[in-house]
Amino acid sequence: MIQPVVLWSDALLFVLIAAIVALTLWARRQDALRAAWGRVLKDGMAMAAATVLAVFVLIGLLDSLHYRARLPAQPGAEARYAVEVHSALDALLSDLRQRGEKTYSAPLATHLFAREALENSTQREFPRLQHGGAHLGADLSGHEFDIAVRVSRGCAGGLVIWLLLVSAWCRWRGVAVVEMLKVGAGGPAIRPVFLTLLPILLLFGIAIAVGGGYHVFGTDKVGQDVLYLSLKSIRTGLLIGTLTTLVMLPLAVLLGILAGYVGGWVDDLIQYLYTTLSSIPGVLLIAAAVLMMQVIIDTHPEWFATSAERADARLLALCLILGMTSWTGVARLLRGETLKLRELEFVQAAQAFGVGRFAIMRRHILPNLMHIVLIALVMDFSGLVLAEAVLSYVGVGVDPTTISFGTMINTARMELAREPMVWWSLAAAFSFMFALVLAANLFADAVRDAFDPRASA
Amino acid sequence: MSILEVRDLAIHIREARPVDGISFDIAAGECFTLLGESGCGKSMTALGLMRLLPAAAQVVSGSVGFEGRDLLALPESGMREIRGGGIGMIFQEPATSLNPVLSVGRQIVEALELHAGLRGAAARTRAAELLDQVGIPDPRRRLDEFPFQLSGGLRQRVMIACALAGSPRLLIADEPTTALDVTIQAQVLDLLDDLRRKQDMALLLITHDLGVVARMADRIGVMYAGQLVEEAPRAAFFAQAAHPYSVRLFAALPDAERRGGRLATIPGSVPAAEVRHLGCRFADRCSEVMAECRSAPPPWREIVGGQRVRCFLPGAAPAVAAGVGAGDTAAHAETRPLLSVRDLQVHFPIRRGLLQRAVGAVRAVDGMSLQLMPGRTLALVGESGCGKTTAGKAMLQLIRPTAGSVQLDGVELTTRSTGELRPLRAKMQMVFQDPFASLNPRLRIGDIIAEGMQALGTGGKGDGGGSDREVATKVGPLLEQVGLRAEMVSRYPHEFSGGQRQRIAIARALAVNPQLLICDEPTSALDVSVQAQILNLLSDLQRDLKLAYLFITHNIAVVDYLAHDVAVMYLGRVVESGSADEVLRAPRHPYTKALLAAVPRVDGAKSEVPKLAGDMPSPANPPPGCHFHPRCPLADEACRQSYPGETRFAATQVVRCFKAL
Repeated sequence: MIQPVVLWSDALLFVLIAAIVALTLWARRQDALRAAWGRVLKDGMAMAAATVLAVFVLIGLLDSLHYRARLPAQPGAEARYAVEVHSALDALLSDLRQRGEKTYSAPLATHLFAREALENSTQREFPRLQHGGAHLGADLSGHEFDIAVRVSRGCAGGLVIWLLLVSAWCRWRGVAVVEMLKVGAGGPAIRPVFLTLLPILLLFGIAIAVGGGYHVFGTDKVGQDVLYLSLKSIRTGLLIGTLTTLVMLPLAVLLGILAGYVGGWVDDLIQYLYTTLSSIPGVLLIAAAVLMMQVIIDTHPEWFATSAERADARLLALCLILGMTSWTGVARLLRGETLKLRELEFVQAAQAFGVGRFAIMRRHILPNLMHIVLIALVMDFSGLVLAEAVLSYVGVGVDPTTISFGTMINTARMELAREPMVWWSLAAAFSFMFALVLAANLFADAVRDAFDPRASA
Repeated sequence: MSILEVRDLAIHIREARPVDGISFDIAAGECFTLLGESGCGKSMTALGLMRLLPAAAQVVSGSVGFEGRDLLALPESGMREIRGGGIGMIFQEPATSLNPVLSVGRQIVEALELHAGLRGAAARTRAAELLDQVGIPDPRRRLDEFPFQLSGGLRQRVMIACALAGSPRLLIADEPTTALDVTIQAQVLDLLDDLRRKQDMALLLITHDLGVVARMADRIGVMYAGQLVEEAPRAAFFAQAAHPYSVRLFAALPDAERRGGRLATIPGSVPAAEVRHLGCRFADRCSEVMAECRSAPPPWREIVGGQRVRCFLPGAAPAVAAGVGAGDTAAHAETRPLLSVRDLQVHFPIRRGLLQRAVGAVRAVDGMSLQLMPGRTLALVGESGCGKTTAGKAMLQLIRPTAGSVQLDGVELTTRSTGELRPLRAKMQMVFQDPFASLNPRLRIGDIIAEGMQALGTGGKGDGGGSDREVATKVGPLLEQVGLRAEMVSRYPHEFSGGQRQRIAIARALAVNPQLLICDEPTSALDVSVQAQILNLLSDLQRDLKLAYLFITHNIAVVDYLAHDVAVMYLGRVVESGSADEVLRAPRHPYTKALLAAVPRVDGAKSEVPKLAGDMPSPANPPPGCHFHPRCPLADEACRQSYPGETRFAATQVVRCFKAL
């Protein structure tokens, strides 16, 4: 029926998810870690932020299940598959994806945003959209009423699903619904999770109900639905945020600890390396590396079976380059902390036993740095999502065919200069990115507080 | 006439009650001492008086009357006038209580501007006067110096000068000398006593040191678990302490009479501040506990002469039989030293400039020699900064010595590479000062103790290689040997108290069956009663396992109790060594004499030996000739010219001084 396609980034993403699950299981058995995460679980703000993040991650994961659809079979011939690679999210949103218009249309509009010369007429008019509000027919008087009906239908749907979820949870845990929604109910802060889920589900309901007949966020220059573009951008943002840290972290941890613990010429060398790296303007370095990578990709078309694979390669290259240039901050932090730990008496006690250097680094230094690593990781995530947007805006970001917040903002540059202005792609990209980064930042703050030994003392 | 009246003061931090209803008065010009172990609520009381409590802590009841005004009812603006102006405060750590980026003069002038209304040149003149008053030489020049240019003793003096700037009627001193060396401690205590008498200033002194109490106090309040349990004038308290807790504090003090015997310990530890008490707070640790102790809090009971006690026991608590020592117990038969150090030098280069050239060296250890016989204890005594810890680490080759020789059981260590040293590491181990920093917080106790066995492969018997299972079976008995329970192996360090952690650190060292244990101030971070437990453990282990200890310490009382031999260090060199009796009873080097004289004694007796002035010089730039001559009352031209050689007095006593008689 379909042929699953596993892009490199998909594979890495799933490995990462598996690693996080494994780490969680491991952390449950570590008293100190469990206590710290327990504090995160009890923090209402953290749980609300985690809920929003989870919704983003879910969308990103759906968008990472790629496949090639089977073409209508020729009798007797071998099964052939489409060139385009789609994801599970594309399949869910196939309506949105396929119902393109000709060009710009405002959110919820029934007509195009630009005048066109009509056939058999000398007048230039706003033509009707092919899909947006097409069910209304020729009579547009019911436009507002139709939208109001759809919004309330969506709200009702969202509310029903929310109530179902709440009652299912309460039945599972054996608590009364009223009890659960009381302030300060014991255990993990489940109340903020549901209170956050409510608006999310309402928004989803509205988007589905209204999106069935209109373009909720309008359409872009070539008529693609902006809501669809925004949802597709989430995966790119998440990938950049997570895979880059995956590249950066081993480098930062290894070099930071080595510099701090071994000292001497090793320290000098590593310090020289990161001082040099961080004194070159970041964008310049990244631009040079991306352009080089682009040349390599362009000169070896035979490496990539589909255009999706080529775009994916460029995305991975970008993660790699961002990772190579952004490890310096964390490494510096870890070096300083290692310098402090190295002088502590338990390290000297291990030295008195003749324990080897690398065993000391692994057993005594690294575990005592993990809280810093974790905090740096979560804090860096939001910074990297924003960095992608900036780089794509400059033109050295992801492949132009990859949908990302950066490319959306890049095209919006021209749209804002138009008269009348096209504001909706920028607004959509902005609100999605804002929600993602804000949630990540709030969550990072809570994690930092929970792991701060002074706060827990 | 009381200047300060505290009534039923209670401070809560959420569920915890660090201060739970205490009342006391301080008269003008009087020195009242709050005595107690850590965690008793002493510092919290002081902060409560000043209304400087941390945000989580709240005064829930009680009143603090200062010169007739209720401090707890004052608005914050009124309180600012009291702080510094009415009540001054000095803290434990002189290194952190001064602002490092402001000059000393600026910090004193700030207090003068606020409380004395002085400005400009007048304030500067007054600041210089204050520095002069606290005994800082050349005060005009010092005004423009920064805290990092001053030594610890001078910084504490500056801190006192700041506190005096507002001419307070009451000075609160929270462990003012705990971070200082004994010779500096003696200077600062003298200064505080002097100021109190001259200015008729009341002093609230918070301390855990009975010696300091004996030296300073007019009246004493003993605090235990958030309450006062005994209040008495000094003479009555030191003649006959009334509360069982006070009696035990005295019995836990190590000294020469108890050598070879056991110190009295208080079982258990101070109850956590969260615990609710029905009866007497000390009941669980008291050997005279009765049925009524557990059912109701004991009332205050007056004994003669202003001594009050909170205890049901009629009369005073019976004295604790503090085992009179059996004297020197160690075998003398052995002739070959276990550890022999000759001319050990550890220099740290000082690098300057672009190319990091060595322009000089900090001579932390500068030619020290000593010998330690198997099964004996050698105490290495000296003030902080004299190089004793560095010397200990250099003997273990944790820091590679610059020159000299270290022989363990006849084997030279300094020439061996890290790999060649590994098999020898099982013979020598170290116990560190701070039990909170010496255990990795992320490892379980079992893993911590097993680490040495795994690294050195001494877990299995005979064949050298210890499998994990064999190692695991050895950890339990080790824990029991140091007085812990075998099932504690899977716990983490943070679940243990300071004393228990030090036991774990000792078990870790014992795990590889060492012959030599270098103990670097193993009890200085512990309370008196816990210190007694650790000292008892160490002497038991020495008796059972024939261990040799190199005991690095600045606590003379511990040396007197534990050591067979003593070596006194000054600025990287041993200035006097000999048996404990020779060095401590008949010291010959003027530095040893002054060091012993500076130790505050529990019996309050004062020594006729003059106190040392000034500080130890920097080891980066030692004075020419005898290092001690700038502080020595006997120094003459010869001392300034050359370093004195060794003079042997008895078979064992060796002194490096021209003037030793």
